[in-house]
Amino acid sequence: MALHVGLNDFLIVSAILFALGIYGVITRKNAIMVLMGIELILNSANINFIAFTRFGLMNLTGQVVAIFVIILAAAEAAILLAIVLNIFQQLNTVNVDEVDKLKN
Amino acid sequence: MNLYDIAFYAFAAVTIAGAIGVVFSRSIVYAAFALVFTFFGVAAIYVLLAADFIAVTQILLYVGGILVLIVFGVMLTSRAYSVEIKRGVFRNALAIIIVGAIAGTLITVFIVTPWPLSNLSPYEETARPIGALLMTQFVLPFELASVLLLVALIGAVIIARREKGGRAQ
Repeated sequence: MALHVGLNDFLIVSAILFALGIYGVITRKNAIMVLMGIELILNSANINFIAFTRFGLMNLTGQVVAIFVIILAAAEAAILLAIVLNIFQQLNTVNVDEVDKLKN
Repeated sequence: MNLYDIAFYAFAAVTIAGAIGVVFSRSIVYAAFALVFTFFGVAAIYVLLAADFIAVTQILLYVGGILVLIVFGVMLTSRAYSVEIKRGVFRNALAIIIVGAIAGTLITVFIVTPWPLSNLSPYEETARPIGALLMTQFVLPFELASVLLLVALIGAVIIARREKGGRAQ
């Protein structure tokens, strides 16, 4: 290990965050918990972009890409929650394994 | 160990502890509140990486926007505290094995790869150069993002307003 905190330490934090996010996505059944897992994954990707901006050869491009990731995350959260609300009204559940009807 | 290292380890611990709380807590409300710690921890990590504008954006958008949306979703779709999260033991063990493999692979790749490193630049404000980049090199994705947000806004309203069994009002 290097004496000072370097690129690898940030990358390892983001890898752990990514793994936890994947775990949340594949084990949870509530759609909103799945959304939280996705947010963890997007955050870990953003840490990577900004770490490479700081330590690598990415200049400021990484930070601009991180902004676009945040924008997409916001849009995605809004759409997903609208869909979840609609599913809850129609089927009275938000568990992703119980939503198996295309048409009532 | 200087102050920077101590701050990094503290904020990394907050971030990962929050993420563990999100993933393993039994109540969905507790998970939502654990997510606050993760988002703030990630914002602090951005500050340590000299990305001041992104850090502020992270707090404004994630903590102020997405998290509020998630809490609204939780409140509107469940009897908040009576949520039981169903899980099977076998599936759980399998998931832990798969996720452990993913994390191990990623960390090994990160450590083994010889990343090309640049010299650390001194800390400086990033809002102005980011704004210049958005208006020059990245102007097309920037405009596309605005169109996407408009589409998402209208789509979310139309989807969420659909009544039970009926069409959109």
